[in-house]
Amino acid sequence: MIDLSINTDLARKILVGFIRSETTRAGFSRAVIPLSGGVDSSLSCYLAVEALGADNILAVRLPYKSSSPDSLEHAQAVIDLLGVQAVTISITEIVEPILEHFTDASQIRRGNIMARARMIVVYDQSEVFGGLVVGTGNKTEILLGYTTLYGDSACALNPLGDLYKTQVRQLARAVGLPEEIIQKPPTADLWAGQTDEGELGFTYAEVDRLLYLLVDQRYTPEDCTQAGFAEDFVSKVVDRVRRNHFKRVLPPIAKLSNRTIGYDFLYLRDWGT
Amino acid sequence: MRLTLALAQINTHLGDVHANLEIHLEYIRQARAAGVDLLLFPELSLTGYVLQDLTPAVARRPSSDEPVFRRLLEAAKGLDMVVGFVDEDARHRFYIAAAYISRGQILHVHHKVYLPTYGLFDEGRFFAWGDAVRAFDTRFGRLGVLICEDFWHASPPHLLWLDGADMMLFTSASPGRGLGTEAQLESARWVEHINRAYASLYTTFVAHANRSGFEDGLNFWGGSTIYDPNGELLAKGPYHEEALVIGEIDLNQLHRTRARLPLLRDERTALTLRELTRILNDSNRGHR
Repeated sequence: MIDLSINTDLARKILVGFIRSETTRAGFSRAVIPLSGGVDSSLSCYLAVEALGADNILAVRLPYKSSSPDSLEHAQAVIDLLGVQAVTISITEIVEPILEHFTDASQIRRGNIMARARMIVVYDQSEVFGGLVVGTGNKTEILLGYTTLYGDSACALNPLGDLYKTQVRQLARAVGLPEEIIQKPPTADLWAGQTDEGELGFTYAEVDRLLYLLVDQRYTPEDCTQAGFAEDFVSKVVDRVRRNHFKRVLPPIAKLSNRTIGYDFLYLRDWGT
Repeated sequence: MRLTLALAQINTHLGDVHANLEIHLEYIRQARAAGVDLLLFPELSLTGYVLQDLTPAVARRPSSDEPVFRRLLEAAKGLDMVVGFVDEDARHRFYIAAAYISRGQILHVHHKVYLPTYGLFDEGRFFAWGDAVRAFDTRFGRLGVLICEDFWHASPPHLLWLDGADMMLFTSASPGRGLGTEAQLESARWVEHINRAYASLYTTFVAHANRSGFEDGLNFWGGSTIYDPNGELLAKGPYHEEALVIGEIDLNQLHRTRARLPLLRDERTALTLRELTRILNDSNRGHR
């Protein structure tokens, strides 16, 4: 039986402790969260508030002219619920001159430019606010590579990266985030009508169960087929996980010396703290 | 005879021995104020856990001449304790180690004999393997110390039992993993099960000190425990929080439990040795 249910009290306790520890050990007491109004960023924001206090959290709303008005409203609902500091900065004025230069840019290019424009603004705000950027990526999208490298994937720490999307929803519900945010179709909101599941070609509910077997339970692809998953679905997902591994590791450094960063120069980030 | 045992479920600074020493001294002060007789610190309590290339920089030679140990020996007067550190031997091999300190002396040093090098663990890359499992005599009777993976294997506790240990002192820096629907992580549940099993099977006291805090994304789950020779839980620390966990032990429980359940009396060590010898000599089995 595949059961992705988690003990939400325990998850919450560990993730709050993680955010507090990894922020303060880096010499900070504040955090900045890009708040889209989706369930991932809303939950990251909630956990950061519990870890560091609402006064120490800056939520940054980053609408583009075609962003859904619902996204802004849902983000505002979270800001009001949690009492965090907030700022809204349109990325339209950054993105438009680039897109005007490339009028034939594909939706992928346009989406990546928007995601990276948001990253620039969030990191700039983190300098102003004096806080670390808390990431919002979950295990499903990290494994599938459903993220823009140096865009929405950029962060100083990532509390949700070991929770599948369905587990993020479970935790969000347990902490009392608005049901409207939990239930709406996940979207990167990069163009009108875009949804994660439409773009990926499968649902999170399906793929989370498969990833759980492949990754957490160490099933072979053949084991997964025997467990009832369609062969083409399994091979599509396995291939996607492998092809996107480059997004999960630092760029390889060509080894020349006796001691090379990444290979035999090994320290945790918490080194000395 | 009753004694008060305390488990220092501390968080540590990664690679900062002096900052960790101050934490030890503070816990020693608290323990003394609480009338503690024996204080157990977790694995690598003086150094932090994921040391990697910090290993040679934090290593110490335990003696009264070594500045960190000198301060511990001075502070621990009237209190016995176990501290975790990196031991560098005379030939510059580095061991995950635990020192038993009593009355200004280092009575015993245990080197971790099982170094997990799989999954998230990489100890065998940085440390030398210990090569002895020995019980030793203290003012509270004969004890034994094991470090984390040592007691994930059944043989080191078994050896300590046969070597006369009536109290097993286990130390860990156990990274939490396995989140399901239960109130504790799978790793916590597993350790609690086996500690309880050792206490029951060996009709002995089992105390386990596990650290708390985080190192990068790893959480350490605390939940330190003391089990009595009936396998009953005497004390338990909170999960994922720093704490000084105190429990009182009545050593006469050994008499009562073993009068009821003479597992030690009936243990057939010579039979075990005969069979082990046969198994080791059977070249088809590939044992080492």
